[in-house]
Amino acid sequence: MSVSQAAAQFERQYAEYRRSKTVWTVLFWALFVVCFVVSLVVTRFDVVALVVGLPRTTDFIVKMIPPIGWSTFGADVDEWYWGIGKWLNSLLNTLLMAYLATVLGTTIGGALSFLAARNLVKSYAVYWITRRVLEIARTVPDIVWALLFVLAFGIGPLAGVLAITVHTLGAQGKLFAEVNENVSPLPIEGIRSAGGNWLHEMRYGVLPQALPNYMSYTFWRIELNVRSATIVGFVGAGGIGHDLFTSIQLLYFADAGAILLIVVATIMAIDMLSERFRHRLIGKEQLSQ
Amino acid sequence: MLKIEALTKIYGQVAAVDNVTFDVPAGQMVGIIGRSGAGKSTLLRMINRLTDPTSGRILCDDVLPETIDVSGLRGRRLREWRGRCAMVFQQFNLVPRLPVLTNVLIGRIGYRATLPSLLGLFSDADRALTLRALERLDMVTHALHRADALSGGQQQRIAIARALVQEPRILLADEPIASLDLRNATIVMDALRRINKEDGITVISNLHLLQTARDYCDRIIGMRKGTIVFDGKPSELTDSLAREIYAIGAGGDEEVAMAFSATSAAATH
Repeated sequence: MSVSQAAAQFERQYAEYRRSKTVWTVLFWALFVVCFVVSLVVTRFDVVALVVGLPRTTDFIVKMIPPIGWSTFGADVDEWYWGIGKWLNSLLNTLLMAYLATVLGTTIGGALSFLAARNLVKSYAVYWITRRVLEIARTVPDIVWALLFVLAFGIGPLAGVLAITVHTLGAQGKLFAEVNENVSPLPIEGIRSAGGNWLHEMRYGVLPQALPNYMSYTFWRIELNVRSATIVGFVGAGGIGHDLFTSIQLLYFADAGAILLIVVATIMAIDMLSERFRHRLIGKEQLSQ
Repeated sequence: MLKIEALTKIYGQVAAVDNVTFDVPAGQMVGIIGRSGAGKSTLLRMINRLTDPTSGRILCDDVLPETIDVSGLRGRRLREWRGRCAMVFQQFNLVPRLPVLTNVLIGRIGYRATLPSLLGLFSDADRALTLRALERLDMVTHALHRADALSGGQQQRIAIARALVQEPRILLADEPIASLDLRNATIVMDALRRINKEDGITVISNLHLLQTARDYCDRIIGMRKGTIVFDGKPSELTDSLAREIYAIGAGGDEEVAMAFSATSAAATH
């Protein structure tokens, strides 16, 4: 084939490539716009109602903060946070629930993630079943799991821990499985060639490669689980969520405000701490390269 | 003696390895040459059983008193075989984030019960063996470094150390120096030859450079399109026979020019 022939062929193929790319781009944007419009209509998203209703949300927030004067600042805050001892105790409860659920859920989900990685299991049935189990654990909202466990085990933190554990194992299992599917196959082959069994391949071939990503997801999960542990308290699973729910139910908005502020501050603190920790981990990683 | 009998591997419609038969007496150093796609890798991977043969047999009496048919092994027996028939790879296949020491200790997992080896519990004897292997490859000072902090040549030496602590009777090397520069290639080939001589371990190595095979091996097997087209001493491999292995005539391409290049890892033994 001469040079000009090759060039002509390239031109033809390039034109074809551009054409098909344009078609796909147009299709993609059309789909995007249609979905957007349909969602606006179905959810009755109304800009007018939004503008009219927005000030009302501040009404609620105002109700949640009692009058605090400059001259009586200390006494007013003291008055507002009359239940601080009780609330901090509940908060500790919630934090421990989140911690325990993160540990349990990550351990179980992490173990299942190896079976849910297509590159690591031979049997398609094992892979398929594990994936579905993780999906069910993850897609049922944790508050629904909490309701279920409150009915089964009674009101209290145990139901909350179980609920968040189940949700966590589903989420971590899927995220970890995706990490597992992206590890290099070469170390795994090296271990197999040395006479290692499947467990050896997972322990020495996959785990060291995947661990930094596991850690990153787990820090994030602790944060999510503190929030979840608060929410599941609403349905009787103990902790600060229970206090929050009770105060809203009894229309003690100032109490609700005080509690919410504690929760927000706690989550902010955890976020900053985990950020620090993660950066230190990554920093160490780069140093040892 | 390792006996390969009518070994065949078919991928789809293509026979990657087509009815290959040869014997390797214990302690021989064999170089397998041929173009890429000639079936060299598939052949070696079938011997370690990383790849399952389509048909044929692999018989061996070096490892156990009786002759075993490797091609039929499964489960525990298969893993034992892999332990005794070590393999090193073009890309080294180490675990990048683990220290050198652990990477070499992985060669001992076949000798330990599963639970302790998963927990990283190895015996003092295992560690002593590991250090001795590292010493032989001049890598002791790197024992606590991470594998991915090392150069390619160093990583390949770690991989050979891992193979050594497996206490193998056979060592398979799949293009061990194809990713290395000349100096490191020489170090690695010298190490393989020394292990072959000193320990009497059979070494079978795929080599992309003809000259390396000539310099280091007792015997050369030439493969072309999945079959053996040459099998003999390096001195018997004339230029015209070599041309046949590499199918010259189909155009002097780069790969063939490379294979014939005289600047191979020089023999220093």
